[in-house]
Amino acid sequence: MSLIRMSSPHVTRSNTSSGVMQLVILAMIPGILALTLFFGWGTLIQVAICLASGLAFEALALKMRGLPISRYLGDYSATVTALLLAVSIPPSAPLWIGIVGMFVAILFAKQVYGGIGNNPFNPAMVAYALLLVSFPVQMTSWNLPYVLSGSEGWSIPAISESLSLIFAGSSQMMDAYTGATPLDILRNRDGFTTEEMWRSNQTLIEGAAAYHALSAAWFMGGIYLIYKKVFTWHTPVSILVTLGFVSAIAYGVDPSNFVDPFNHLTLGATMLAAFFIATDPVSSATSNRGRIVFGMGIGLLIFIIRTWGNYPDAVAFSVLLMNLAAPMIDHYTQPRSYGHKRARLGPKGE
Amino acid sequence: MQSETQTLIKNGLWTNNPALVQLLGLCPLLAVTNSVVNALGLGLATLVVLTGSNLTVSLFRKLTPETVRLPIFVMIIAAFVTAIELLMQAFTYELYTILGIFIPLIVTNCVIMGRADAFASRNAIKESFIDGFFMSIGFMLVLVILGAMRELLGTGALFANMDLLFGEMATNWHITLADDYPNFLFAILPPGAFLGLGLLIALKNLIDQRIKERQPIPEPTEAPVSTGSKRVRVTG
Repeated sequence: MSLIRMSSPHVTRSNTSSGVMQLVILAMIPGILALTLFFGWGTLIQVAICLASGLAFEALALKMRGLPISRYLGDYSATVTALLLAVSIPPSAPLWIGIVGMFVAILFAKQVYGGIGNNPFNPAMVAYALLLVSFPVQMTSWNLPYVLSGSEGWSIPAISESLSLIFAGSSQMMDAYTGATPLDILRNRDGFTTEEMWRSNQTLIEGAAAYHALSAAWFMGGIYLIYKKVFTWHTPVSILVTLGFVSAIAYGVDPSNFVDPFNHLTLGATMLAAFFIATDPVSSATSNRGRIVFGMGIGLLIFIIRTWGNYPDAVAFSVLLMNLAAPMIDHYTQPRSYGHKRARLGPKGE
Repeated sequence: MQSETQTLIKNGLWTNNPALVQLLGLCPLLAVTNSVVNALGLGLATLVVLTGSNLTVSLFRKLTPETVRLPIFVMIIAAFVTAIELLMQAFTYELYTILGIFIPLIVTNCVIMGRADAFASRNAIKESFIDGFFMSIGFMLVLVILGAMRELLGTGALFANMDLLFGEMATNWHITLADDYPNFLFAILPPGAFLGLGLLIALKNLIDQRIKERQPIPEPTEAPVSTGSKRVRVTG
């Protein structure tokens, strides 16, 4: 009997970039399905637009940089960016929104910095922020969840209708469909208290369930990814706990002017951000302690921007601001190697 | 061989372009280039100030004491800026109000101070004049190109409001390229200026690199062998 002698490690894991990205794509499926169910075929069309344009721009950038196209397209990172942007933009946004977004995400936010692994900011969020600043009208036209739109039962409009909305882009049709999102309603209350809004506003009464279900879908996908050890629990838990804690204090002090913690976590993009956006391994903090600080920053910023800011949801700006702070967080949360003294931090540190 | 004048011209327009290579005067460059007319207005004002100040500084270079040269330069520059400000108030009042604070701020434009100290105070009048003129032409070209890029991307049109600068005859210079254009606000806002300038610098570097590649590579010459002991640096 002959044994092959090899040095350790003998057990390897298949945690390659492409494997991780494939798991993330898999975990996004419940969320995308929920979006389609509640907001119509638009989401799937946006996914198709973002995927096609994103992969095309990625291939173009790789060709310009003289890198092997098939190898880098095979890491699925552009695919994940495209999916994240597609679920962030309104389902009925015109065709060019997705294309402009992917152009910025792939060429400016990712490839200019050196491609996969080198981007200081989350590419999808850079694109989202740019689109939101540039085209506020198109980017805030979310259609109402279709649970609302018919007493005769729950039906989403035909796919042809969504197609004409996106490709022909008639703004009248858009107005008929769209309305303020729950977070917007709760912020711009015209002098009413939040309880009064919950009692009187149709979107909140009937539509909140759709948003809760959507958050549950993202949550499920996120738990699956933690179970598969794609990322650790630190970032998502610290975001959710911080946001819940801060909003609970505010709600406890003044319940008529602040949104309650449960709805802070479930009415907007909090779950998507906590599990799919803030956990981007490249642009977030690297140590576990650092991830907790990173998540606390995001949770706090989400609360601040949602409560006193001007934009519909705060996720993109919070994540980008904390991306900016990630290198500093890394500097101050460097883990100690076993047997060594605690590192000296600050300007005197080495 | 290039004559000295040619070198000066090439320096100002390309090799040592104040906006693309020296990266001086970025504040007005980024702030006012949201349309061609604003860019051209500021560019022309800078042209007059820089040329005039270079000329004057060079004229008085032998009388200027070394120790107090900077205050003297500032006063010369400020005099020209005040003149330009009053002229713009008189003839292009609307443009003056649009450019606002950036007209008086030309005083602090590092390009002007830099040229006065680095060139005009050490060179003859003719060279200083040529240097000042072409440096500001180079600066103005970048301003106008950036302004055109941002106006085109941001509003889908070019040369809006050119009558503010050129009077009645320019009212119909406005070209609309796409009628149903959704305004791309990002290009008009300050971040668009940073991105646009970055792209222009990248383009310049690319062109320089292409030119360099096309030239024949000179034969590597043997490095001279140094004799004697040589200290090797061992610490970081």
